[in-house]
Amino acid sequence: MTDFVTPQEMAERIPSGCKLGLAPDDYAAAPGLVRMLIDRGIRDLHVVCAPIGGMQVDMLIGAGAVATLETSAVSLGEAGGAPCFSRAVRDGSIRLRDATCPAVFAGLTASEKGVPFMPIRGIIGSDVLKKRDDWKVTSNPFDDAEKIVVVSAIRPDIALFHAPEADRFGNVRLGRRRETMLLAHASKQAFVTVERISETSLLEDEKMAAGVLPAIYVGAVAELKNGAWPTGLYAEYPRDGQEVEKYARAARSPEGFQAYIRDSRSAA
Amino acid sequence: MSEACTSRELMIYTISRLLRGVRHVAVGQSSPMPAAGAMLLRALNERDGLERVQVSILGSVKHNSFTGGAEELFDCAAQGRLDAFFLGGGQIDGQGNVNLVGTGDYPNNPVRWPGSFGSAYLYFLVPRVILFREEHSLRSLVERVDFVSAPGVSDETVYRRGGPHALLTNAALFSFDREAGRFRLESTHPGYGWRDIRGTTGFAYDNEQCEISTPLPDEATLALMRSRIREELRECYPQFAGNMPGPG
Repeated sequence: MTDFVTPQEMAERIPSGCKLGLAPDDYAAAPGLVRMLIDRGIRDLHVVCAPIGGMQVDMLIGAGAVATLETSAVSLGEAGGAPCFSRAVRDGSIRLRDATCPAVFAGLTASEKGVPFMPIRGIIGSDVLKKRDDWKVTSNPFDDAEKIVVVSAIRPDIALFHAPEADRFGNVRLGRRRETMLLAHASKQAFVTVERISETSLLEDEKMAAGVLPAIYVGAVAELKNGAWPTGLYAEYPRDGQEVEKYARAARSPEGFQAYIRDSRSAA
Repeated sequence: MSEACTSRELMIYTISRLLRGVRHVAVGQSSPMPAAGAMLLRALNERDGLERVQVSILGSVKHNSFTGGAEELFDCAAQGRLDAFFLGGGQIDGQGNVNLVGTGDYPNNPVRWPGSFGSAYLYFLVPRVILFREEHSLRSLVERVDFVSAPGVSDETVYRRGGPHALLTNAALFSFDREAGRFRLESTHPGYGWRDIRGTTGFAYDNEQCEISTPLPDEATLALMRSRIREELRECYPQFAGNMPGPG
């Protein structure tokens, strides 16, 4: 059963210390809800970026909420590097698990299929591999001459993302953003903020149904208009480039970051 | 006479030349010039009645036909359905290794870049990977990268059908010899001579005393960049497109 909650209630249901799966900026990121997590002082998160992070991840790091970060990259896109992330790397204040995008998808796919690992091409000879004790090189069981990488399954406790629409039954429309679908399938449950809630079932229209995440994966839905702001929401609205720039400038210093969080309005 | 070809326009045109003959080219995030080069090839092929080029721009709604999410790009690459891709890198070395992670020792790199993205995978699987790094300097083109996000070459026990094809900077164009694991200077851009390139490149390469100048686009190609390509770029790269010269 999907619970319909307020954004504040959703934020309270995400515990410190959990493994939190997040979508990329401008696809299905949920910075509106992330701001509420920061406001309530969440700590010790293991953040899984599926497969990369942006402003919402940088804000969580700046707020001291992240213990472990599993990601293929963190960037603010046209606004440049992620300042809190770079600082935390230098300080050693987060535990880093650098990845490469398709390896994150492979780990999530393993979890989706309920198997312990997934083989994947490439990666051999990369220093990324050397730093990951949960990735191994093995031989192809059907051809001993071939080496191949296997990555262990990634199973977030909660997948948190923002989507255009849910219905009263807890089904969520994602459209083409299948990587968000994968993240939801791989996680124990999905918490979703949405632009709007429809009274009719999203599964009724056969043309739309294949792009809908069924309620069986969805733990909670909260209506939060502009919940992706200031990043964009795929095919709904573009990022607010000026606001992301403003953040990028402010977050260059820890004091500037604190002032931004204190002074800027959140989407709520 | 229109405004002279800018350095960026020359790089965009050069990218389109490097892509000639591909059927499907994909462009990653934060890559306006590779996106423009791919769009230019598509437009030129359309104009000249040549083969249709599939361009997949990650992050675009209009210029991306994937319906399987971001995984689909990687699945396409693994199956051989993708002919060309671009990688950048804070550091690129003479063996074609790329570093997108940072300088100094991992994990507490004094200078940290975003991360490896899909490089550690796509470099093995996409036949024509174009290394694109605007800055041509001793700190970007190094003898040995501090961190290998993706290796330039592999031994025969590793499945590999992809790898570096060329290296393009704001000063020169190199090709890559996969057998030798070495770059070769192919041409220098207007305003740069081979001595400039030698002095600002941190690794050894072949054909050091290259006297060939990188070809410039003709008027019609330049006009296409300043109209159609500029408009197509606007969706994903509004700031970059806004800074490009406009028509007329």
